[in-house]
Amino acid sequence: MLVIKCPFCGERDQTEFTCHGEAHIARPENPDELTDEQWGDYIFFRQNIKGYQYERWSHDHGCGRWFNALRNSVTDQFVDTYKIGEEKPAIPSDEGK
Amino acid sequence: MSQSNRIKTGGRIDRNKPVSFTFDGKTFQGFEGDTLASALLANNVHLMGRSFKYHRPRGVLSAGSEEPNAIVTIGSGKRSDPNTRATVVEMFDGLEASSQNCWPSLNFDIGGINNKLSRFFPAGFYYKTFMWPKSMWMKYEEIIRASAGMGVAPEEGDPDTYAVKHEYCDVLIAGGGPAGLSAALTAGRTGARVILIDEQNEFGGSLLSDHGAEIDGKPAMDWVDAALAELKEMEEVTILNRTAVIGYFDHNFITAMEKITDHLGPQDSNDTPRQRFWKIRAKQVVLASGSFERPMLFGDNDRPGVMLASAVRTYINRYGVLPGKDMVVFTNNDSAYKTALDAFANGGRVEIVDTRVDPKGPLVEQARSLDITIHTNAAIVGTKGYRRLKGVEVMELNEAGDGVKGTKFHIGCDVVAMSSGWNPAVNLFSQARGKLRYDEELTSFVPDHCQWDNYSVGSCNGTFTLEGALSEGLEAGLKAAQAAGFGEGQSVPATPSAPEVEHGDMRTLWYIPMDRPLARGKKHFHEFQNDSTVADIHLAAREGYISVEHLKRYTTTGMGTDQGKTSNVNAIAIMAQIRGVSIPQVGTTTFRPPFVPVTFGAIAGHDVEDLFLQARKTPMHSAHDRNGAIYEDVGDWKRPYYFPKAGEDMHAAVQRECKAVRDSVGIMDGSTLGKLDIQGKDASRLLNLLYTNAWSKLAPGKCRYGLMCNEHGMVFDDGVTTCIGENHYHMTTTTGGAGRVANWIEEWIQTEYPDWDVYATSVTEQWAVSILNGPKSRKVLEKLVDIDLSAEAFPFMAMKECHIAGVPARIYRISFTGELSYEINVPARYGLHVWDALLEAGEEFDICQYGTETMHVLRAEKGFIIAGQDTDGSVTPMDLDMDWIVSKKKGDFLGRRSFTRTDTARTDRKQLVGVLTEDPNVVLMEGAHLVRELKDKPPMDMLGHVTSSYMSPNCGRSIAMALIRDGKNLKGQSFMVPTMSGKAHKVTITDPIFFDKENKRIDGEPS
Ligand SMILES: [Zn+2]
Repeated sequence: MLVIKCPFCGERDQTEFTCHGEAHIARPENPDELTDEQWGDYIFFRQNIKGYQYERWSHDHGCGRWFNALRNSVTDQFVDTYKIGEEKPAIPSDEGK
Repeated sequence: MSQSNRIKTGGRIDRNKPVSFTFDGKTFQGFEGDTLASALLANNVHLMGRSFKYHRPRGVLSAGSEEPNAIVTIGSGKRSDPNTRATVVEMFDGLEASSQNCWPSLNFDIGGINNKLSRFFPAGFYYKTFMWPKSMWMKYEEIIRASAGMGVAPEEGDPDTYAVKHEYCDVLIAGGGPAGLSAALTAGRTGARVILIDEQNEFGGSLLSDHGAEIDGKPAMDWVDAALAELKEMEEVTILNRTAVIGYFDHNFITAMEKITDHLGPQDSNDTPRQRFWKIRAKQVVLASGSFERPMLFGDNDRPGVMLASAVRTYINRYGVLPGKDMVVFTNNDSAYKTALDAFANGGRVEIVDTRVDPKGPLVEQARSLDITIHTNAAIVGTKGYRRLKGVEVMELNEAGDGVKGTKFHIGCDVVAMSSGWNPAVNLFSQARGKLRYDEELTSFVPDHCQWDNYSVGSCNGTFTLEGALSEGLEAGLKAAQAAGFGEGQSVPATPSAPEVEHGDMRTLWYIPMDRPLARGKKHFHEFQNDSTVADIHLAAREGYISVEHLKRYTTTGMGTDQGKTSNVNAIAIMAQIRGVSIPQVGTTTFRPPFVPVTFGAIAGHDVEDLFLQARKTPMHSAHDRNGAIYEDVGDWKRPYYFPKAGEDMHAAVQRECKAVRDSVGIMDGSTLGKLDIQGKDASRLLNLLYTNAWSKLAPGKCRYGLMCNEHGMVFDDGVTTCIGENHYHMTTTTGGAGRVANWIEEWIQTEYPDWDVYATSVTEQWAVSILNGPKSRKVLEKLVDIDLSAEAFPFMAMKECHIAGVPARIYRISFTGELSYEINVPARYGLHVWDALLEAGEEFDICQYGTETMHVLRAEKGFIIAGQDTDGSVTPMDLDMDWIVSKKKGDFLGRRSFTRTDTARTDRKQLVGVLTEDPNVVLMEGAHLVRELKDKPPMDMLGHVTSSYMSPNCGRSIAMALIRDGKNLKGQSFMVPTMSGKAHKVTITDPIFFDKENKRIDGEPS
């Protein structure tokens, strides 16, 4: 069971959190201008990276806040967590190891 | 002959405390400090169980947690504990044990026939039967389960209590042998919070059995006692014996099971839990989990009496038991010579069979000096005896070790003590994603690297000398504490001296050849519990199952309760040999928790009975109890399902309730409905985003129904939202969808629109809701409120704040039945008071309490959907024929863009329709399919399925709703609904509104 650092509460057990998949996917501002394919990309397709990926999490059984995280999907280790709207942290240089 | 194998003196048993116990009904004597296995061996009982597949007689192999054979049931009745290893059961007076896996008895087992038929039960038997036609598997499973059980689970509830404890520490040390104790000392001395855990009753690990071992010139156990005494004085150190670390998870999360009263036997009172499950988060972990000796794989190496050499030594030194009088030690290394010497010293007749051509070293010389016969370059090729070992056949090995030569000779013996080397117990390290490395010199896998903060020390790290273990432990304990922020500047103390005799080289033979081909007449077991043999590994390789993961599943190696602690490395090495590749190329499977078997009781802990799943109850629950409600679980809620009167079954009660509501007045508890209080300047903007219809113009005091879609355009919840005042709304959701909708809203306002001024707060439990329904509801309500209830003053889809029975209320005139209806919301603490007041006021109108089933029927009569029942995540508002609720003008909202996607815009999608059976008495099964053409058997062209189906007393017939392909265009047409019993019903597709199509009843009777 992982320890996850909520940017609002600090380190807590994984059981308090929910992962919501890829982060930084903005809702298109003018959906009508998108082709079906572009809209389909938004609603269906996610990168699902083996390695470092940016994810959205929520601290459901805690403060209830949503936040972003940079996590390695192979090792499950978190590089960092950060509040919505904050600059995303850089991917560590051991990428590909 | 009582305890004929007990040595006169010595051992760590308490000879002043004799105990008696039973095994398969027969009474034996032992001592406190014995295990069940040591006490049985003291009584010269070796036969303790039968193997899983062939039902071969089996004796005890080991003296610890790796035991694959001596698996027994402890206790009886509701306290029976199946699949327990006799080697870890501590003896107490009155202990009751019985053998498993045998019928009618351990000595004569009818399943032993499987052994004779073994060529019909090859490796991969289970695997292959799975591949056969599925219909046959059911049959096989029955036979296999009957003949190859693994103990019987008790049928009554467990009378014992169990506990769970969460703990945090700086340094957790798994294993209390010399390495673990050393680590605890240096970590503890820094003041760090340390938890030291060991599976056994006593600390000391291998030293408990190592007669003659010395530390700093004194008996090693003196050092253990001093270390424990020092640790006990340390305030921050927790010492847990009888506790097995069973899981090592991410971020150093450790689970362990502590046996608290098992060694005392059944307890009269439940004040003390029987076992405690520990969940520990450690900053640093020190693994000192020891090692497992490997068995020799020779022909018929499973006879009772064939044991691991280190186990024999443990029984001699720790338990004062010489497992047999005539012993053959079969080894490829020097460590087993210690067993030979100790057995000899305690009066055993000993011969040694050594695979090595020229063994040398102090231990070998010592054996020679005692005139112990040593057969070098030799191997056991077969055994005599069935229920008990009677002797071994020995031959000379060839140079390569892959064949034998010369003449076979026989040695009579009742015990074989075997050793083919040692495997570090890397199980916990591997569980924690640690990567292993193959060590050529040790011929086994050792820890390499791990992403979590841990240190492996002692023999689990491949360090087999006592001094090495002490030194690694001292260093790792301090390092771990320092990494956790303690003991800055401290240095590692000098390692105590623990000189040991030198050991010679090993001659590893992964299996021992015979004077005939493998598998002819004799079996080389490498995995005892699941009866997997060397020949099975060859078979797996021949059939292409050469990867280690396939090998495991094909032969079931390592899949028993012992998880292959003694067998895995041998199996991997033999596969490597067959394939002509290196052992690391074959690799290991990942070790999984639990390290040792754990009881369900310990895992469940306190979460049993009332605490298993805590029910949510409405404020009116006590009234429902009083009024005889039958409950339905909706999420965690207990909702009244129906209120039967004397003699009524569910059908009769529901039919009565349905009539009563429409004929007069009914009342139901709607408190479980999800409720959200939404406030802020952007509140209506949020509603416009969430719902498909427009919300900007909803005036205070007005209600509106809405559908919510996800971004795929699929309906996922619905409900009525009311404008309470400026920038203030009260939203209702389905009971089951309350949490989902709240999360959905949070997701949007926190991640996408954080600049919006809007807040949504769950108020589900703040409001108690009594719902009146039926033409006479106005007459009931007007007796209790201080406002004008006329349809003019209080129209449909309006909300009024007022007082009811003296308490403040919000009353919503909305309806889920098509009848005049009032949803009366009061603060939760007044819920019961108002419910009772309404029941009393309604008495003169025969007010009828009704539950969720009647609610379902009444809404279906009107064609109202239930999100999640008539929708399933693939249904759009248009599919529901609810185009009217999708705004074309208000701009964008969630899911809107998807409505024009090619697939969503299709006009022949599955659409919600009504379904009427030709026979009005037939109630279709929900989930039943409508087919275009009835055939003898599937497949048939399926049009869709029934989502809701009821007997409606108000329509005087059955009614149903269904999602049907192109359903809107099929109205009026007839189709067939085949049933499970083979019958079929003719149905006609209709409009889904079955009652009061003109909506005339909504204002009820005037007052
Ligand atoms: Zn938080």
